[in-house]
Amino acid sequence: MNVLVCIKRVPAPGARINLTDDEQHIDTRHLGFTMSPHDECAVEEAVRMVTEHGGSSTVLSLGPPEADEQVRQAISMGVDHGVLLEIDDIDWEPQATASAITEAITTLTSEGTTFDLVLFGNESPDAGNYQVGIRVAYALGLPIVSGIKGIEFVDGGGVRVRRQVDDGFELYELTLPAAVAVKEGLNLPRYPAIKGRMRAKKASVRTFTPDAGPGGLRKLRLRQPREQKTETTVLGHGPEAATAVADLLEELGVM
Amino acid sequence: MSTTPDHADVVVIGAGIVGNCLVGHLAELGWRNIVQIDKGPLPDPGGSTGHASNFIFPVDHGKELAMLTLDSQRQYEQMGVQTTCGGIEVARTPERVHELHRRMSSAKAWGVESSLLTPDEVKRLVPFINHAIVLAGFYTPSVSVVDSLRAGTIMRERASELGALTTLASTEVLNIETSEGRVTGVRTDRGDITVSTVVVACGVWSPRIAAMAGATIPLTPAVHQMIDVGPIPELLETRAEIAYPIVRDMDTFMYERQNGGDMEVGSYAHRAILHRPDDIPSIEEAQLSPTQLPFTADDFDPQMEDALELFPDILTVEGAGVRHGINGLLSLTPDGNPVLGETVEVKGLWSAAAVWIKEGPGVGRAVAQWMTHGEPEIDLHGADVARFYPHQRTVAHIEARTSEAFNKTYGIIHPREQWASSRPARVSPFYARQRALGAVFHEAVGWERPQWYESNAPLLDEFEVETREHEWDARWWSPIINAEHLAMRDRVAMIDLTAFALFDVVGPGALDYMQRMTVAQMNRPPGRIMYTPVLTAGGGFRSDLTVVRLGDDHFRIITGGSDGPRDHKWFTDHLPEDGSAQLVDVTSAYCTLGVWGPRARDLLSGLTEDDVSNEGMPFGTAKQITLGPIPLLAVRISYVGELGWELHAPMDRGLALWDMVHEAGQSLGIVPAGIGVYGTTGRLEKGYRLMGAELESEYNPVEAGLALPKVKSADFIGREAYLKARDEEPAAVMCTLTVDDHGSSEGISRYMSGGEPIVTTDGERIVDAKGRPSYVTSAGSGPSVGRYLLLGYLPPEHAQEGTQLAVEYMNERYPVTVAVAGRTPLFDPDDERMKA
Repeated sequence: MNVLVCIKRVPAPGARINLTDDEQHIDTRHLGFTMSPHDECAVEEAVRMVTEHGGSSTVLSLGPPEADEQVRQAISMGVDHGVLLEIDDIDWEPQATASAITEAITTLTSEGTTFDLVLFGNESPDAGNYQVGIRVAYALGLPIVSGIKGIEFVDGGGVRVRRQVDDGFELYELTLPAAVAVKEGLNLPRYPAIKGRMRAKKASVRTFTPDAGPGGLRKLRLRQPREQKTETTVLGHGPEAATAVADLLEELGVM
Repeated sequence: MSTTPDHADVVVIGAGIVGNCLVGHLAELGWRNIVQIDKGPLPDPGGSTGHASNFIFPVDHGKELAMLTLDSQRQYEQMGVQTTCGGIEVARTPERVHELHRRMSSAKAWGVESSLLTPDEVKRLVPFINHAIVLAGFYTPSVSVVDSLRAGTIMRERASELGALTTLASTEVLNIETSEGRVTGVRTDRGDITVSTVVVACGVWSPRIAAMAGATIPLTPAVHQMIDVGPIPELLETRAEIAYPIVRDMDTFMYERQNGGDMEVGSYAHRAILHRPDDIPSIEEAQLSPTQLPFTADDFDPQMEDALELFPDILTVEGAGVRHGINGLLSLTPDGNPVLGETVEVKGLWSAAAVWIKEGPGVGRAVAQWMTHGEPEIDLHGADVARFYPHQRTVAHIEARTSEAFNKTYGIIHPREQWASSRPARVSPFYARQRALGAVFHEAVGWERPQWYESNAPLLDEFEVETREHEWDARWWSPIINAEHLAMRDRVAMIDLTAFALFDVVGPGALDYMQRMTVAQMNRPPGRIMYTPVLTAGGGFRSDLTVVRLGDDHFRIITGGSDGPRDHKWFTDHLPEDGSAQLVDVTSAYCTLGVWGPRARDLLSGLTEDDVSNEGMPFGTAKQITLGPIPLLAVRISYVGELGWELHAPMDRGLALWDMVHEAGQSLGIVPAGIGVYGTTGRLEKGYRLMGAELESEYNPVEAGLALPKVKSADFIGREAYLKARDEEPAAVMCTLTVDDHGSSEGISRYMSGGEPIVTTDGERIVDAKGRPSYVTSAGSGPSVGRYLLLGYLPPEHAQEGTQLAVEYMNERYPVTVAVAGRTPLFDPDDERMKA
């Protein structure tokens, strides 16, 4: 069982998201970077699958050289191999991104690494285009289901995946190889162990430098949504506050 | 939410541990109409207090911080927010084992119970440690963890209950308004407050807030990294926040402490990561809080191996991961000490910053006392924000020094350790000549001062001097110092004293002003030199210095370079409001060359036509003379107990003066001598006290043996307390002690360097009636008396000449004898040489 996980380096936002002066990007001066919670669940799932069924896991990211940090973050969580598609921008639009990932997967396959399952986070938290996974799967001729919060292997070699909907859930069965776009809630991702971090530090990450292919999506500018004002009401001090708290909880219907 | 009052008696900006403790103490000392402002919400407004690890190791080599920490622990205990868990500093190297022995002595000096542990004993207290790599442990049972946020709330509540406090949370200070150098008000986004006293207790933001008023608070925000690893079943089982002693892995500059089910691993081993106060994100922009910046894993990763080596099992337990990691901001200053007290630039604007959790309540109390009574109970000269010269307040200097110091946070710092960065800063006109003579420079408040001259190495054949067998004792030291000393006593020496701070006081009110500032009689004829204590209102030492009366309305204050900025502030603060006396800092206008030794008069008389005979210029006088083409002020005084002069020449004539003296001195066997002689060997043989060592505000002139025979009729600051002290038996007496046997258990001679506890021959601590411990205030060779000399205060029952006591150095006891109780010099007790 070989699993590929595709992740994206994204800013970990503060309470307020600032934009750069040209309104093209999020101002990341004070921000750290991470992978999205969806991506983290994909990584966790890949690690669990390989632990359970054998094989190997690979993490792939397209991003600036600094995205090496997120690739190694995945390795520190237990992924075996890392691939970085290094670009000289923060990201590319989805079509070009998907082409580059497709090409990299094709290259890896031609070298003898075939992937039974390709996992994606459902969407990136910054761009939110919801389409890279679908484009890659389509280009590779793989079946894909998105919005997945449960994956299990079925006898005969396929996977059964679960998507949550308003009134319950939908079940899909896919034959392998396949692609799945997963959502936060799929599992509880582990924290990287210290040994994992040390292993990640020493791991060699394979780097490709793809050329940007054509893409139809162009960013004009970002806009700051209106800030939502929150109001704080002090319900009381000390034990005297208990009644007011109870009343409020009742009013909210949680008690 | 409170409304903003129009007026306040004091505004405290900041609601971290310092601001909170300060408002509590101010209220208890009677302050009312206190307004406390913080930009963030309560109880955790987002400063360094909110992410502090909150543990306290009370042992510090320095007395000032040790005393603040011990007071803080007492206060935390009283507030019920302290958990005593014990702590162990472990050594992986022999050098660190030696350092732990030194810490044992410091623990004894300041009264903290501690013990040295074998690796097996360490293992018994911390079962999950890899004791195979531990050589020794330094165990302090009173190490504790506190809830600093809860403590802050308690302190605010105390002030509120007294009806003294209005707290304005989520309120931004927009400006601190001043007029004629004084604070007049605070502008906030929720209204303006008229106020004449403002305290900046803003931690890492303090420089930015002080700058609103035009003042400097020299600190920089710096990153300290920490991670949480868990869950760890063995720790979870304790069902406690902390059940095991905290371990400081000193040699890797890291600590590990239980934090509930996690292990917190903190590091001071990574590169220095400095920030600028203006670049700290706002509360809204910050991911976690403004002072918890995104964790930069690359900086921390190398330390993980060290942590794993010490705690291989629990840190790798199945399921345990790095759950949390931050780059926590804390405040660093150029010398590592807090910055407390009124700023030098703006009256009424106070600083209470660069304070760790371990000192917070102690600092709150001390600053509140300072603001109320004009001085704190604990002498805070080492933490006074006024201690810095202008160049030390520059960002360049602050960043250079803090970068250098960061990795020494857990380092082994030698008492004579020298800085490498930001040098040379200030040089005398003699600098080039000194370099050519192989001077080994030590830095004093920016000045490069020769400690000794390698060119004097041949003197080692001429004079028999001690050598030091242990590398530690010999570090930043040379036997050449002692040889220079003997050459001075034998012939004549020239010593660069340009680091003196010089202030001229002029004007029709100069005499009255000087009388008010000093203990000694200043109404002496022009040309007289007056040595005088300068006292606080409480009668303790604020300074000790020399004053030369240059004219009816003209005095020159000559004070130590280290005390220059604090003295400048003290004297400036007390200038008469009518402008009848003015103070001018002339430090950079004059260089000073000291010439001392039995042949000093031969030297000088060969260079001048002025009368420098004993009759023409007796001891204790000063006059303008001419050396060749150089007019200068000759001051007949000595800190080394020899005939001689300080020659104060215009800075631009300094090089010519040096060359002239050096050349003329050749036939007399002149040697250039360093500060090793001036500040230590020569001084100690004469029993001269040093401000900041023997002299501090906790001791009065009677105790120091510096009370003058007569009390002048003029009023002066501290007079009442001084008179009272003269009528009482002193609780302690400054003594000179000699070391009777230097032999250590290893069979080599050891030489203490100051700060060690003076104990009874049974090893009992000695504490005077005022609760002050006896310790070595200064230590050094006395080459002419053939003994190693120590100064220290002793209670009267021990301050008897001939009394046998002991000094604990590196955790071993060395027998000492009280040689002198009081001020009589051991060398030349009648001062015949000086007065020759």
